[in-house]
Amino acid sequence: MTVTKTETLPVRSGDDVVRVRQRVRALAIEIGLGLVDQTKIVTAASELARNTLDYGGGGDVRIEIVQAGMRKGLRLTFEDHGPGIADIEQAMTDRFTTGRGMGLGLGGAKRLSNEFHIESTPGSGTRVTIARWK
Amino acid sequence: MKTDGAEVLTRTLTEDEAAILDAWNTSLREGSSLQSGRIREAELKTQAKAVFGQLQDALGAGGLDADGTGFVPLRESLADISRSRAIQGFTPTDTANFVFSLKEPIFEALKRASGTDATSLAAGIWAAGKVLDRLGLQTMEVFLASREEVIGRQGQEIAELSTPVVRLWDGILALPLIGTLDSARTGVVMENLLQAIVDEEAEIAIIDITGVPTVDTLVAQHLLKTVAAARLMGADCIVSGIRPQIAQTMVHLGVELNVVSKATLADAFAVALRRTGRKVVRQQASTEGRG
Amino acid sequence: MDRIPILKLGGVLIVTIQVDMHDRLALALEEDLTAMIARTGARGVLLEISALEIVDSFIGRMLVSIAAVSRVLDAETVVAGMRPAVAITLVELGLELTGIRTALNVERGMALIQARISEEDDGHGSDRDRHED
Repeated sequence: MTVTKTETLPVRSGDDVVRVRQRVRALAIEIGLGLVDQTKIVTAASELARNTLDYGGGGDVRIEIVQAGMRKGLRLTFEDHGPGIADIEQAMTDRFTTGRGMGLGLGGAKRLSNEFHIESTPGSGTRVTIARWK
Repeated sequence: MKTDGAEVLTRTLTEDEAAILDAWNTSLREGSSLQSGRIREAELKTQAKAVFGQLQDALGAGGLDADGTGFVPLRESLADISRSRAIQGFTPTDTANFVFSLKEPIFEALKRASGTDATSLAAGIWAAGKVLDRLGLQTMEVFLASREEVIGRQGQEIAELSTPVVRLWDGILALPLIGTLDSARTGVVMENLLQAIVDEEAEIAIIDITGVPTVDTLVAQHLLKTVAAARLMGADCIVSGIRPQIAQTMVHLGVELNVVSKATLADAFAVALRRTGRKVVRQQASTEGRG
Repeated sequence: MDRIPILKLGGVLIVTIQVDMHDRLALALEEDLTAMIARTGARGVLLEISALEIVDSFIGRMLVSIAAVSRVLDAETVVAGMRPAVAITLVELGLELTGIRTALNVERGMALIQARISEEDDGHGSDRDRHED
């Protein structure tokens, strides 16, 4: 798998969340994702960006265009240095929320992506990676 | 002293360029790709010349490692060529022969250049074989990948064609599903139906599954998702044509299809008409005729 | 701060959401609508979202909570014009917009609200009438 394009955006305010959505949309169009897939990855990005902001105290997102063979995909890595998640399994459960929103953030983002990966260390931060393939 | 095959090869390619290209072109011309009329001779010649030049550059820069960075431009040109060959419908043999037919002219040239020096000839042939075999394989990989892409696209097109959304009445759509539903196809079905709901401003959509042989948990889930999405858009779905065996299987699987369902498309249509405030009435004449 | 304009047509408040909503805007809309329902005694709220390219769980929550608050204030909420891609994504996300009625477009949405208002005014089976009984 090769990375053909990388961009990093801050996730520190509500306006950043909107900017992340817009960039993800633009890059999803660039790699030729269909309308439904675009909407899914943008929505997943919005959920994760809000998580990063609300629970992680802000952070960054790395947006990459990746290629494996002839397939192109979009990979997003959200990273924060917040309190981390002690029980990832519990956090993945729907309706589990410690803040506003509907508690669908992580589980929802997973269902909207082809790949989902989360690492978190309590006390030092969380990193969530998702990918959607064409 | 060990003879450097790469050096022998590079030297021969430079010194004997004209003869090798000539022989290669002849061999390409005689190959079947030209006979099939899919490509013109001039185009084949231009491709051969470009590839040959890049092969010289690559050998000069990167030695014999066909996977190395020196070979990037050459690999890309070859990839483009095999991709277009795949789309134009060339056979795998024709595509692979584009590279492999370069072997003979090069071996001939090496023979001419080496004369009686068997060590140098062997080293040169080994080097040429190594590079060309690798390039040939790469060409095939790209060729196959492109074919798969073509097949994938056709699959997508078939999926789209096989799921017609028909308008039964003003504001009432029907989607007669036929054949096995996998998740890729149901995805397309779902999108088509929802788009048709918007285009036709349809309040009610009937999903008829009379022609669907089996409904497993996954298919049931997809149906439910479609119904839920339609509801979010402001339209109602009715599922019709659930065959008795399917109904049994679903119950055994514990699949709950929590939607309005009717035995036949006709029943579903009647419900749809009633909900949109319409009624089918038998004309007086024919009623009398029966009585 | 920008605010999303709310139109009043008869007893119905109409909101067309046309921008990529950021969170502050969504929260402001919820507040404005609540205040306006209370002030005008509106019987219906029509949210037209055909321009919205995504609805994530935050905006989803806003829609659900507008509907819940409106219901308490005796107004019916209808969300109209959701795009197919958005609807599919919402279902996949697991978001059920409970308590919200939906319509294909503004016209149908208005018809739904009008029907409900006239049904209640005729005194057939509405919650309010039952309470008065």
